[in-house]
Amino acid sequence: MIHIKRLQEDGADIIALIGEIDASSSIELDLAIAKSVGEGFKKILVDCSALEYISSAGLGVFMSYIEEFKDRHIKMVLFGMSDKVANTFSILGLNELLQIGKDKVQAKQIVNEL
Amino acid sequence: MNYKFKVGCSIENLKDVRDFIRASLKNHGISDLEISEIVLALDEMCSNLMIHAHHCNPDDLFELHILVEKNSPLIFELIDDGTVFDINEFSTPALDSIVHEKRKGGLGIRLVKSIMDKIEYQKTGGRNICRLVKSVQFK
Repeated sequence: MIHIKRLQEDGADIIALIGEIDASSSIELDLAIAKSVGEGFKKILVDCSALEYISSAGLGVFMSYIEEFKDRHIKMVLFGMSDKVANTFSILGLNELLQIGKDKVQAKQIVNEL
Repeated sequence: MNYKFKVGCSIENLKDVRDFIRASLKNHGISDLEISEIVLALDEMCSNLMIHAHHCNPDDLFELHILVEKNSPLIFELIDDGTVFDINEFSTPALDSIVHEKRKGGLGIRLVKSIMDKIEYQKTGGRNICRLVKSVQFK
């Protein structure tokens, strides 16, 4: 089960993920990101501080946006991951392909520097 | 210790599968990080089985067995009677090709192969057994 909340700060769209993302719920993550893109946000921050678990289905959603974001100059930064969730990203080397900040302050710095 | 779980092939049940794996592996002196990696790999194997071999039919059941013996590799068995989906037959896609082709799948195979030591398939009496082996550190 995943709950997704969105709020906007300083022109950035913040998508907060609460709970677990697996094959049954990854579609909701996909829809939330698609909605943010559809509304024209160029800065997307993904708050992972209440994300308890993410399976490869969820990782695949983030991966699937990498090229599109490059082409459309959309910047996405993830932040606030627990050690376990961070480990999931690093097993596959996704920490090299995605921008990941420690907390919201750092994520905002990264998104403004990109 | 031998733990067994029988579940229908609905991806809504994946949470219960993960809870079963976590409950089975705790109190054996295995680190939380190793448990979380195993959960990740088995979640992938179970969701593959549900989706590709059973088309998410909740009436199709499969079994997950977990064998834990101190100072031996952990053994996980997925037992079902569907079509075999042998991940050894799938090459591990490169990360950049996954990004380039915007593939949402493909990551899972990389994940399972990098977490588990061995994945083997066996057919016995009309049932498929997929056995995964993983060495862990026991505290």
